[in-house]
Amino acid sequence: MEKRCDSPILEISGLSVSFQMYDNTFGRKDLQVISDLHMRVYAGEMLAVVGSSGSGKSLLASAILGILPKNAAVDGVMRYCGQNLTPAPQRRLRGNGIALVPQSVEFLDPLMRVGTQVDGHGKRPVKEGRDRGQSRRKIFQRLGLPRATERCYPFQLSGGMARRVLVSTALIQDAQLIVADEPTPGMGADQAREALRLFRAIADDGKAVILITHDLDLALAFADRIAVFYAGMMVETADASDFQNGQGGINMLRHPYSRALCRALPQNQFEPVAGFQPYAGSLPKGCPFAPRCSYRSQRCEQKTPPVRSLRGGEVRCFCADATL
Amino acid sequence: MMQLEARQLGFRYHKNMPWVFRDLEFRVEQGECVSLLAPSGFGKTTLALLLAGYLTPVEGEILLGGKPLPRRGVCPVQLICQHPERAVNPRWRLRRVLEECGPIKEDMLEALGIERAWLERFPGELSGGELQRFCVARALMSSADFLICDEISTMLDVITQAQIWNVVCSEAKRRNMGLVIITHNQHLAQRLCSRSCDWGGV
Repeated sequence: MEKRCDSPILEISGLSVSFQMYDNTFGRKDLQVISDLHMRVYAGEMLAVVGSSGSGKSLLASAILGILPKNAAVDGVMRYCGQNLTPAPQRRLRGNGIALVPQSVEFLDPLMRVGTQVDGHGKRPVKEGRDRGQSRRKIFQRLGLPRATERCYPFQLSGGMARRVLVSTALIQDAQLIVADEPTPGMGADQAREALRLFRAIADDGKAVILITHDLDLALAFADRIAVFYAGMMVETADASDFQNGQGGINMLRHPYSRALCRALPQNQFEPVAGFQPYAGSLPKGCPFAPRCSYRSQRCEQKTPPVRSLRGGEVRCFCADATL
Repeated sequence: MMQLEARQLGFRYHKNMPWVFRDLEFRVEQGECVSLLAPSGFGKTTLALLLAGYLTPVEGEILLGGKPLPRRGVCPVQLICQHPERAVNPRWRLRRVLEECGPIKEDMLEALGIERAWLERFPGELSGGELQRFCVARALMSSADFLICDEISTMLDVITQAQIWNVVCSEAKRRNMGLVIITHNQHLAQRLCSRSCDWGGV
């Protein structure tokens, strides 16, 4: 399944993120929001991270860039091109080796013209500045932003335009790894596709892209692999083709939650599963999906399933063999 | 049957700025569900803001049952925005945000999957998807006759989308509300709406 055998651009093993929160009394408690995450992203690859909101996808992005809030505790090992990602290298690599497309349009500076923001801060020689301006215009053009956009302030942009500006801020940096946190909501279908085509081109250029998204359709159309997140846990990593419905609507997915995602698409059954994702403070003892799962057994409620390989992907489920 | 209509609507944000649109005609009946599809930057959100009375038309008029929108009280046309983090007061706990439109209806919280504990938090402590459920609950708890949904589900995962649309549509059907659904997802529009308004070339 892995495209290349050389070392991954980003390797995460055993990552856990928890928040220290004060509750109403005098006690402190730890909220675990990401638990025991293993992930590898190779050069030339686009990995889509999908899952419900509040499952910790955006926190993963923050953890990779080292921009978690102060009360977060990170455990586990992250490596970028073989180098340990600890706070100091993270600070150095932000915007140089690793670029982020932030989730909210609120990340734009409201008092700065869009063009200046995309070019980035800091003094640089005149020629380099001119080159930047040129590549910015090229990116704007590809994303369908009119030239006049660079003179606008963020409040003058529509939601979709602001998104595209955010995407261009990451594209202009020559990063090895792009972490795109929900880059497309609010864009038109064509524009979203164009934006993803740009990310795809970057990945094909030998870089790595992590695409965090809810938009399963887009993820399936462009990504090589899909990682499914549920309640802070990566429950499945699968090839994008595994999500395609084969004969009789049967697909190759391994985890019951991934199947439920597939079934909830408007073009499929548009059928939600009952219940809600457990909140980080009240995770069940065993598999987090067990309360909503029709395959659950006693074992699922007792113990968290370990990661295991199955049919060319990875899954955290005891019953994955039975779901077919 | 009441209807919400835009007559020869024209709008621009400033008199030196280009028109967002002019001579726009749009109509939605009570009990009807209309989808609005257009590329981004086309003025869909502007139309939504005009229909819900957040903006005043520069030209033309918005009529609800033949009369202009009331200027006082709860607006009978409620808008659910694209960016929930901008639609709630960041300094209010969410309980207060919800109570702004009357007593909290427990069954609505249940249906939308809002945890009791979230009511005591500030908007900054919830994710966009969680916050959007509050905005949906707030709009549905009011006595609105029309609901404008401006890309309300783009930030949600597909299962939550299906859940929320189930709640919105069944509530709309029960109360015979008119729905305007702005979306980029063609599959969703086909699934939900009786009529589609493609704005590719207005």
